Amino acid sequence: MIASKRETVIGRILLILLMLWTLMPFVSLFVTALHKSGSYPAGVEWPADPQWGNFALAFQSAQMGALVWSSVQIVLGVVPISLVIATMAGYAIGHLRVPGHKLLLLLFVFGLTLPFEGIITPLYYQIRDFGLLNTRWAIILPLIGLFMPFSVYWMRAHFVNMPAELSEAAEVDGANRWQIFWRVHVPLARPALSSLGILLFLWTWNQFLLTVVLVNDPLKRTAAGALGAFQGQWGTDIPLLCAGSLLIMAPTLLVFFIFQRQFVAALLQGSMKG
Amino acid sequence: MSQPPAPSHPSWDRPSPHFGSRAVGARRGGVHKTSPRRGRWIGYLFVVPALAFYLVFVIRPIFLTVQYSMYDWNGVTRATWVGAGNYLKVFADPTLYGPVLNAFELIIFFSFIPITLGLVTAATVRRIAESRLAGLARTIVFIPQVIPLVAAGIIWSWLLASNGLVNQLLRAIGLGGITKAWLGDFGTALPAVGMIGAWVQLGLCTLLLLAGMSKIDGSLYEAARLDGAGPLREFFSITLPSLRQEIVVCVTVTVIAALSSFDIIYISTQGGPGNSTLVPGLQIFYLAFSENRVGLASALAVTLMVLVLAVVLPIQLLAREDNE
Repeated sequence: MIASKRETVIGRILLILLMLWTLMPFVSLFVTALHKSGSYPAGVEWPADPQWGNFALAFQSAQMGALVWSSVQIVLGVVPISLVIATMAGYAIGHLRVPGHKLLLLLFVFGLTLPFEGIITPLYYQIRDFGLLNTRWAIILPLIGLFMPFSVYWMRAHFVNMPAELSEAAEVDGANRWQIFWRVHVPLARPALSSLGILLFLWTWNQFLLTVVLVNDPLKRTAAGALGAFQGQWGTDIPLLCAGSLLIMAPTLLVFFIFQRQFVAALLQGSMKG
Repeated sequence: MSQPPAPSHPSWDRPSPHFGSRAVGARRGGVHKTSPRRGRWIGYLFVVPALAFYLVFVIRPIFLTVQYSMYDWNGVTRATWVGAGNYLKVFADPTLYGPVLNAFELIIFFSFIPITLGLVTAATVRRIAESRLAGLARTIVFIPQVIPLVAAGIIWSWLLASNGLVNQLLRAIGLGGITKAWLGDFGTALPAVGMIGAWVQLGLCTLLLLAGMSKIDGSLYEAARLDGAGPLREFFSITLPSLRQEIVVCVTVTVIAALSSFDIIYISTQGGPGNSTLVPGLQIFYLAFSENRVGLASALAVTLMVLVLAVVLPIQLLAREDNE
């Protein structure tokens, strides 16, 4: 490969600038979080007397423990159910090719570009009529439905490439169709499933609109929804707001850094297919 | 669900010749005439749960939105039929069509800037894409995609405040004269909100484009170099045409994000000052849940859904044609 020295250097500088552009906001947030609660510091300024206690204070007032547990419950409600039913549907549409599978696919694809704001109003009345307002179910049930277009599309893309011989061989061995699906096809779908799982986790954890409209209690919301409530409450105390925001973001960032390879791959694939 | 093993009917999952015309299906069409119809229909059981959730929580609400949009309704008392009246208001009232125009202006920031910058960055970085620095950057620039948009809104509200980092940097380079509270100024609030979107989207676009570039045959570049092409020429005659697919993806993802933006603006400006940063998503929220004008909110919601489809479908169709 012919790469001139100058190009390499410019490339490196650009990369560093890009990283700075991404990270500077967090540096500013972190440094500000160390200033005295209630003060109004400059954008980036190391405090004379770092107030590490702000994090403890924010931890308490945001009720971090309860908040993370709430988000975890919502994720546990949304992700496993979505994965199972989307896999089943993707299998029927992509592999079994039930009569009308093209129409079914089209019906799901139609929902791919839907802005959630488009249906939030009737969704509110529907959830109210179900008696589920202000419960976590108000977030879990609609999210499963809203994630179906992407999830089914994604799993169908996997199953459409699976050779029919696979099922035929299993059938000769005497497996029934549920066993063929569960023992043969689901294990083979693991890579597709884990990427989808990561994406659904992120989208659930970060879901804001549904939580704002359907759930008043911040402790029954997602992390993003709780963050919104925290800003409403502490918006005027900038150091504390910064500390709280960092804390509420911390679990996501931690999970991201642990599984960074999988996350980056999933997000790139996700947008390519979506 | 369970079904006795039926080794003598190995073709229950054989795609019907009508629907499975591709690779897998065509192979053995018509060999086993015994294909049990019941078997194929049982496949629907696999679709039912997903379809049920989708119909109840997406399709039904879509129809209801359309229905609401033709009524004057405050959410409590009896609704009165107004036909297209709400839509006429959407197209006549600047507080209703203004947000739509704002959303289109946001496309410049959510789509155009990140994709342009992403192209330049990816093209420059392409040759060192395997280096350790690039590996680190790959993780770092993804952070804005991982954190909630609400967090991006909070962070940037602070950065763009009169005392924030942006103004601090401007003062440091001697531009103290133009500092202001960027999100609170009628003239700058919308571009400032747009910058938040650009921050969120830049990393994703750069990495998508970079991934696309890694698929381009390296010998093309070597041939171009031998022909004496400079980096600029290389970019326009090799890189850009090969990236059509990735660019289409970036455009689709970011345009949808711009038109249906909500979180960032809800947190950073609430649509203000005045209505200068009001977008359809936020206006729907206000109309439906603060002002109890459900019919009007629904008309705007239908308009938004149609707009997104109208913008995204042609892009997708164009991309598909290129493929074939």
